[in-house]
Amino acid sequence: MADYEDWDAGRAADIIAGLVGLEGATLPILHAVQATFGYVPREVVPMVAEALNMSRAEVHGCITFYHDFRAEPAGRRVLKLCRAEACQAAGADALHQQVLGELGVSWHGTTADGGVTVEPVFCLGLCACGPSAMLDDAPMARMTAAGLRAALRAGDGAPMAARVAI
Amino acid sequence: MTVTVFVPRDMMAVALGADQVAASIGADAERRGADICIVRNGSRGLQWLEPLVEVATPGGRIAYGNVAPSDVEGLLDSGFLEGRPHALCVGRPQDMPYLARQHRLTFERCGITDPLSMEAYRANGGLAGLQRALTMAPGAIVEAVKASGLRGRGGAGFPAGIKWNTVGQAQADRKYVICNADEGDSGTFADRLLMEGDPFCLIEGMVIAGIATGATKGLVYLRSEYPVAAAIFSQAIAIARREGMIGASVLGSPHAFELELRIGAGAYICGEETSMLESLEGKRAIVRAKPPIPALHGFMGRPTLVNNVMTLAAVPWILAHGGQAYADYGMGRSRGTLPIQLGGNIKRGGLIEYAFGISLREVIEDFGGGTASGRPVRAVQVGGPLGAYLPAHMLDVPLDYEALAGAQAMLGHGGIVVFDDSVDMARQARFAFEFCAVESCGKCTPCRIGATRGVEAIDKIVAGQQREKNLAVVQDLCELMTDGSLCAMGGLTPLPVQSALRHFAGDFAELAVA
Repeated sequence: MADYEDWDAGRAADIIAGLVGLEGATLPILHAVQATFGYVPREVVPMVAEALNMSRAEVHGCITFYHDFRAEPAGRRVLKLCRAEACQAAGADALHQQVLGELGVSWHGTTADGGVTVEPVFCLGLCACGPSAMLDDAPMARMTAAGLRAALRAGDGAPMAARVAI
Repeated sequence: MTVTVFVPRDMMAVALGADQVAASIGADAERRGADICIVRNGSRGLQWLEPLVEVATPGGRIAYGNVAPSDVEGLLDSGFLEGRPHALCVGRPQDMPYLARQHRLTFERCGITDPLSMEAYRANGGLAGLQRALTMAPGAIVEAVKASGLRGRGGAGFPAGIKWNTVGQAQADRKYVICNADEGDSGTFADRLLMEGDPFCLIEGMVIAGIATGATKGLVYLRSEYPVAAAIFSQAIAIARREGMIGASVLGSPHAFELELRIGAGAYICGEETSMLESLEGKRAIVRAKPPIPALHGFMGRPTLVNNVMTLAAVPWILAHGGQAYADYGMGRSRGTLPIQLGGNIKRGGLIEYAFGISLREVIEDFGGGTASGRPVRAVQVGGPLGAYLPAHMLDVPLDYEALAGAQAMLGHGGIVVFDDSVDMARQARFAFEFCAVESCGKCTPCRIGATRGVEAIDKIVAGQQREKNLAVVQDLCELMTDGSLCAMGGLTPLPVQSALRHFAGDFAELAVA
């Protein structure tokens, strides 16, 4: 579970200034912004566009094209469940239905208490011991519903990440 | 005397508790006053045994498989620091048939050495290829790669030496070497294992490629789904720079080579080289039309060598041992070794580096031990989500680019996903279209619209609505996508769909509609 900073235009400007010299800096900047604030706030779009001599539409296009970037904050934890073939062969589909049902969400949804956002991922490279998943930055293999419940419970006591209300 | 204990840090080992195991071993040993040193090595590729903990003893390394944190105390009680027997003991790794039968060239050090120790890298044959390359003319390096018969391991199988030659001959103010580490195919993890277990090998291959082609800058495009590989590889770049392996003067030579790690953002299409170039340039990853080819007009409009991790990582061995030694492995026009990745419903999944020509059956039965569920194998998908499904009676096909093409399948990046007899192949065909619809870059119509129409048509077939007409629609769509798509995403999605229809027609039979 990551601790994110509140939106701060000055902080965002520093991030952009630190990376703007890279060739094709858009993705490195967007990754750094999201790692700092937990999402890519819309206020950042004109700042990136200005720094990289792109149109705002082009920056917006990048944010929406790539699955990783989110325009809104996620739940306190992000659970990525692998939906690719190797995990399907290991029974992932049935497990996913059970997990989604227990959490009361559908794909890309966040639980009512804001605790967990569930997203599909297509392959984590853990194909020999499926089903696999990633809870925040922690990879999981041979995942079961019970194992996942325990992992989610283990994070309950941790402090809530700072969030920005938009 | 200090006892060295190896606890893998590869993402699979971590996913199965290796960090906690390492912490427990450290804490428990300290409490007992045992003098140990824990090395976080890479995986040997015996993925089903992770975390595979090894202890260095005077008689060689002794391994213990599937070690959980709760096993640590018992292991120490039974004298595992002296390599004593225990229920989890699997003996000397190199004696295990799974490893002993392989032809480890690219993966010769993976799992054996500390991935971040340059000393261990040198002591185990590392840098020999680069040192050799530094004594050769660029054209001679290209000739060695040509002689090896090395073909692009990303899936297309294009002869590497020819591509290197094209970039080498191109004139420009600067050139680039770009490593495609966007290993998005389900069932593949060889790039990950190498970048986590022997990152200097990839760096060495890229530096050699730079010298051979006249490129002075390298970029590695790694997928964001591999955070452990990103952490290890970025440390490796810093160490390589400190040790003079990269920088203004490679190993004291007049050659300069800089290297940068870039992280993708969850788009499967970035495994396609032109969309990866767009992504690296900071744009939406929309596929480019070819020509111009990236070898002449690639990153930032400059001549760019784009190769897969496995292609570049094969190069140090080829330079150290000669092109012919590599070409001596393999069959037909597929020379050298193939890092085979075995996954899905399989008892012993992992990495098997083997000369081209081994049959699917040998891989699945002899290495893999059959399905994890114990049920019969029904279908095997080779080559990722764009690869064909083969039925159990076709498993004698050899793993070779041309042999698989002859079976209306493809080798791709060498991933093999095994399904047992509970698989519903209509569902798998639907998924192939669904995946294409989600991951299509949207540039060309056959892929963007065809995939969505394909999902709809298969749903109708399964629901028994105008079954014959909708089967014809699917075949029509497949033909159009194959012939009319700009890249392999749309062009190869029909492969899994049509193979499912061809070999498992019964699964598409009309269901009784209530």
